[in-house]
Amino acid sequence: MLKLAKKLGVGAAATAVAMMASSTAFAVDLQFYFPVAVGGKAAKTIESLTKEYAAQHPDVKIDAVYTGSYQDTITKAMTAVRGGKPPQLSVILSVDMFTLIDEDAIVDFDSLLKTEDDKKWLKAFYPAFMENSQTGGKTYGIPFQRSTPVLYWNKEAFKKAGLDPEKAPANWDEMVSMGKKLTLKDASGNVKQWGVRIPSSGFPYWLFQGLSTQNDVILANSDGNKTNFDDPKVAEALQYLVDLSAKHKVMAPGILEWGTTPKAFFEGQTAMMWTTTGNLTNVRANAPFDFGVAMLPANVRRGAPTGGGNFYIFKDSTEAQKAASVDFVKWITAPEQAAKWTIATGYVAPRADAWDTPAMQAYVKDFPPVLIARDQLKYAVAELATYENQRVTKIFNEALEAAITGKSDPMTALKEAQERADKVLKAYR
Amino acid sequence: MLQRRAWIYGWLLVSPALVMLFAFTHYPTIATIWNSFFSTARGRRQAVFVGLDNYERLLTDDIFWQVLWNNFIYALGTIPASIILALGMALWVNGKIRGRAFVRMAYFTPTVLPLIAVANIWIFFYTPGFGLVDSVQSLFGLPSQNWLGNPDTVLYAVMVVAIWKEAGFFMIFYLAALQAIPPSLTEAGKIEGASRWYMFRRVIFPLLMPTTLFVSINAVINSFRLIDHIFVMTNGGPNNASSLLLFYIYETAFKFWDTAYGATLTTVMLVLLCAIAIGQFYFMDRKVHYQ
Repeated sequence: MLKLAKKLGVGAAATAVAMMASSTAFAVDLQFYFPVAVGGKAAKTIESLTKEYAAQHPDVKIDAVYTGSYQDTITKAMTAVRGGKPPQLSVILSVDMFTLIDEDAIVDFDSLLKTEDDKKWLKAFYPAFMENSQTGGKTYGIPFQRSTPVLYWNKEAFKKAGLDPEKAPANWDEMVSMGKKLTLKDASGNVKQWGVRIPSSGFPYWLFQGLSTQNDVILANSDGNKTNFDDPKVAEALQYLVDLSAKHKVMAPGILEWGTTPKAFFEGQTAMMWTTTGNLTNVRANAPFDFGVAMLPANVRRGAPTGGGNFYIFKDSTEAQKAASVDFVKWITAPEQAAKWTIATGYVAPRADAWDTPAMQAYVKDFPPVLIARDQLKYAVAELATYENQRVTKIFNEALEAAITGKSDPMTALKEAQERADKVLKAYR
Repeated sequence: MLQRRAWIYGWLLVSPALVMLFAFTHYPTIATIWNSFFSTARGRRQAVFVGLDNYERLLTDDIFWQVLWNNFIYALGTIPASIILALGMALWVNGKIRGRAFVRMAYFTPTVLPLIAVANIWIFFYTPGFGLVDSVQSLFGLPSQNWLGNPDTVLYAVMVVAIWKEAGFFMIFYLAALQAIPPSLTEAGKIEGASRWYMFRRVIFPLLMPTTLFVSINAVINSFRLIDHIFVMTNGGPNNASSLLLFYIYETAFKFWDTAYGATLTTVMLVLLCAIAIGQFYFMDRKVHYQ
């Protein structure tokens, strides 16, 4: 009996040793959450990229979990953090950085990047994208699926209206004057084609930030604890947006749906539209006419927000997992992989060296409009982001919606929004 | 002894259901009420007991009052309309008409379709310019309308979707109830020379009262519970004009991560729903004839 127990004991120990050995062979398990905001091809590309990485790194096991939209992903990640089982890394909106810091969920990259090479790697990202990824002198996010809004125009409609089909409006005044020529009515006075469409449903702040930046004003500080909603320049930009429908009548009135905007453009309901570069592939495939892509028009200056998702590394992981996560992020944002990703989705490759790869150069040669977004980055600023970001952004959205629908004048709405935002952000100063 | 065994046997029979109910209904309910008296924990900051602070905040929260009012209008608009429509459809397809099975199926289809999918279709119905509603309107030379983009119309636009979705579901209950009414009553009425309207008012409708009670309680619950289409069609906008109580709870708890305030809102909704359901049972039960 004793012998048997001994034997069993030895057996158990042996298995334990064997298991430990095998687990060092597969030392690191990584769970990786990724959202997809633009069609099915993106998910496949991510999966094939992680597979490729796994093939090159047999010591790392990556479990890539598709987690729905951006909103679903942050919800799942936050729930997992609160439940004590966070993923090791995730792609989440760059603007959720403060929320994740506030939750004490993520670590900064600086403490994980030790060598000079690593620091050089960090420097190679476009500064416009890094604005949303850094705060208090530390880097918390690595740009990955990033975008920026651009102006699309219908060249045929321009020709019919007697405009130069190769020239998009360069500034606000031109957008109005061209818009007037492009707005067509039928015999009974109903509009058949609008001049321009700046969609305002869901997250109007994003495209509005194009206008406010062009009016040379920044909506929130980089510490994420103070907004600047009631600046007269913001009100001026909002007044311009309101006037597009109310005064100049070149844009349909009311809240314009984001999702149906490309369709409205294809159907000839509008001759120009503002939307993300993420729609580039969609427009290329579906527009039944010749179209152009341009930077957003300028006012005091050129300007646009950036948008999209960053890589974050979660705090509650082992050192080995964190190191492996950094390695994976470095690999997937390297030029070859970044180029693949951009070509498949239309997102802007976040590093200058990705644009020099042969694959990317061939792509650009075939389809030059992709360069517009990259070149606009010079003028781009951080997307509106603060602590309690979704709440503060919603307050701002409500002010914009109140003004757009004529329920309130711009300054009153913005003043109220600023007061409400102050109340929320007071705790973070 | 035997009695005791029967007692144990009885408890064993109900225990699986009880365990499930406690784990997934009663415990979360109590936890929610409990959490509503604490602050929201964030990162390193622990939740602390704040007493009625969250409820005080509720009283001064304009958006809360707005969504409550929205929900009131939403309930008032959708419940009677969908019940009357359901009753009408049930009476219609209960009669001997050509292609009855087809009409029944057609009426029931909206119920079968997932609300999310349906909401996506309705977005295109309402799309200004080339949407179905506008295309029909333009035939009569009416101007284009931005139904979902105007705070004055958006709530009614989403109410129409809810009525369209629910009426078919309630119709099934009415149809079943109608078929349970003995034909002898109708025949007796015919012999007595009662008009169809009189028959409906004095015989059929009173006999349908248990169904009406059941359907109306369900309709009330659904008017608070069914918000999938809000997510797809409007996200509560513009400026909260189409936001309902449950949608606001979701936003507070899972977008703003203010879980304590979310718990407070949930408690209010629970109390509200309980009060309405008890009221309905209490007042309507007296008018209900069970066969």
